[in-house]
Amino acid sequence: MADQAQGGSFPATRHSIVAAAQSNDPIERSRALEAIMAAYWKPVYKYIRRRWGVTTEDAQDLTQEFFARLLEKDFLDAYDPDKGRLRTFLRTCVDRLYWNQSRDAQRQKRSGGSAPLPLDFEEAERELTKVATPESIEDYFEKEWVRSLFSLALQRLRRQCESGGKAIHFALFERYDLAEEDASKPSYAQLAGEFGLPITDVTNYLAFARREFRRSVLDQLREMTANEEEFRREVQTLLGADSR
Amino acid sequence: MKWLSDQVVDRLQATLQLPDLSGTRYRALRYLGRGGMGTIWLAEDTVLDRRVALKVLDAEDDSGELASRLLREARILARLEHPGIVPVHDAGTLADGRVFYCMKYVEGQRLDHAVRNISSLLERLRLLERIAEPLAFAHSKGILHRDLKPENIMIGSFGEVLVMDWGVAKIKGSRQTARVIGRPEITREGVESKAEGDPTLDPSSTSTTSSIHLPETEHGRVLGTPGYMSPEQTRGDSVDERTDVFSLGAILNFMLSATAAKEADSLPRAGRSRPIPRPLQAICAKAMAPDPASRYASIADLSADLARYLEGLPVTAYRENLVERAGRVFARHRVAIVLVTAYLLMRLLLILFSRR
Repeated sequence: MADQAQGGSFPATRHSIVAAAQSNDPIERSRALEAIMAAYWKPVYKYIRRRWGVTTEDAQDLTQEFFARLLEKDFLDAYDPDKGRLRTFLRTCVDRLYWNQSRDAQRQKRSGGSAPLPLDFEEAERELTKVATPESIEDYFEKEWVRSLFSLALQRLRRQCESGGKAIHFALFERYDLAEEDASKPSYAQLAGEFGLPITDVTNYLAFARREFRRSVLDQLREMTANEEEFRREVQTLLGADSR
Repeated sequence: MKWLSDQVVDRLQATLQLPDLSGTRYRALRYLGRGGMGTIWLAEDTVLDRRVALKVLDAEDDSGELASRLLREARILARLEHPGIVPVHDAGTLADGRVFYCMKYVEGQRLDHAVRNISSLLERLRLLERIAEPLAFAHSKGILHRDLKPENIMIGSFGEVLVMDWGVAKIKGSRQTARVIGRPEITREGVESKAEGDPTLDPSSTSTTSSIHLPETEHGRVLGTPGYMSPEQTRGDSVDERTDVFSLGAILNFMLSATAAKEADSLPRAGRSRPIPRPLQAICAKAMAPDPASRYASIADLSADLARYLEGLPVTAYRENLVERAGRVFARHRVAIVLVTAYLLMRLLLILFSRR
């Protein structure tokens, strides 16, 4: 996946990207929109595939078209955080775009004009096959959004750990908390043996990594919300213990 | 970065939800419920080897608004040392920056659940009297609750009554304007406020009412729960003890009208609803009068009227007619009246037989 689509170019600030995307500064705006695209393109692509059952090629075209409009036009100016969440707004826009495109029987496939966005659709397509068909398409979109958010937060955490000389903290976290199956999770004692650390260090390093991961998710979430009120709602939805 | 499966996403989400209790004396045991500001966890105090409830903010709070509100709630609880108010043990900031406070873990039921198992009207009224006690105490300390509702009252396993959730309490004399800022909004937090201050709830249960929760009480925003909130509080006007009088009246109304589960199960459909005695209706009406000046001046006055009703005395809120008065006097002195009447009848019969 292209670097810009990994959210790597946007500094780890705690400012709202949504607000930046609505600013008059073209540079700030462009970087903010790219960050939004990094967080949302996979959920949008998978949503189109699941929701409308279109072919891979059509879903890619629609995703490209959607984000091209997001980047090129005053797309987000119509978004009012007081009326709902950003992802609900984006999902509604995707639906509207699909309907408009479907109605236009003579539509031309996206060609020429701006270059296609660097989105790794093959990877998204592989991921699509790993998840069972959801009961509710809205829940599916929410789940994909959480997956995307966590992925970006983990990328940020890894960069921070590596640059801060704490690569071992992330390695332990990856080994323990990102283990695919509960049964395959090593014990702290096993981790201590594997990494040549006392068990107390394993405990402390994991606590540190979890704390930083939490911070990273919250930073990401703060950037992806327009104001404090929306941020709090999202925190409660995502991190409130009754949210699942 | 590898793809995150559903299982890993769920596990990460669960990890994020847990409070970071490293460096504290507490160990999280399980989720209990949530409120507008944060989540309540059952925890073990590893030093004293006892169970406690921790109320923890959902996230560290850059603006400090929620943190100051949570600490303010903890300080109010610390000030209110009363058997009917849950005691606070500790407060502080966790390693992840979230503010928390630790309180007694109360096992029991919320009033809205507990009332279903109380079919006796007298028992319900006595329960209400006990709810009034901590409120009267808080008022004597200059503190108004402002969010009284059945969901915020716990009935412990030994019958103890605890008034919970002092998150929007007002300290009388503090600089709190009372104007409405913007449009009052029922937030998602409010809708899910089932466990606000209620550490023993089943998280799957749902609340029937919703708090209007806005971040800072000091900003004069509208706080409270529709249906239990006084009209002046809804309008954002200044409030005094009578706003809690209104809410307690609404709770009385709820307790009178709520059908007990046992009663509902045992009675035929047509006989389920028993008429509410007029004096009690009048007490409710007076407590919930739209104009604060027409209400009881204090919780103690409301409580005294209830006590009068329970003792079979006339209540101040209702002027009874002659028949009702006779009925009440009969009900109060039933045994004596029956004994005297029986005695007189016996005497009469003896006189009649002796003349034959």
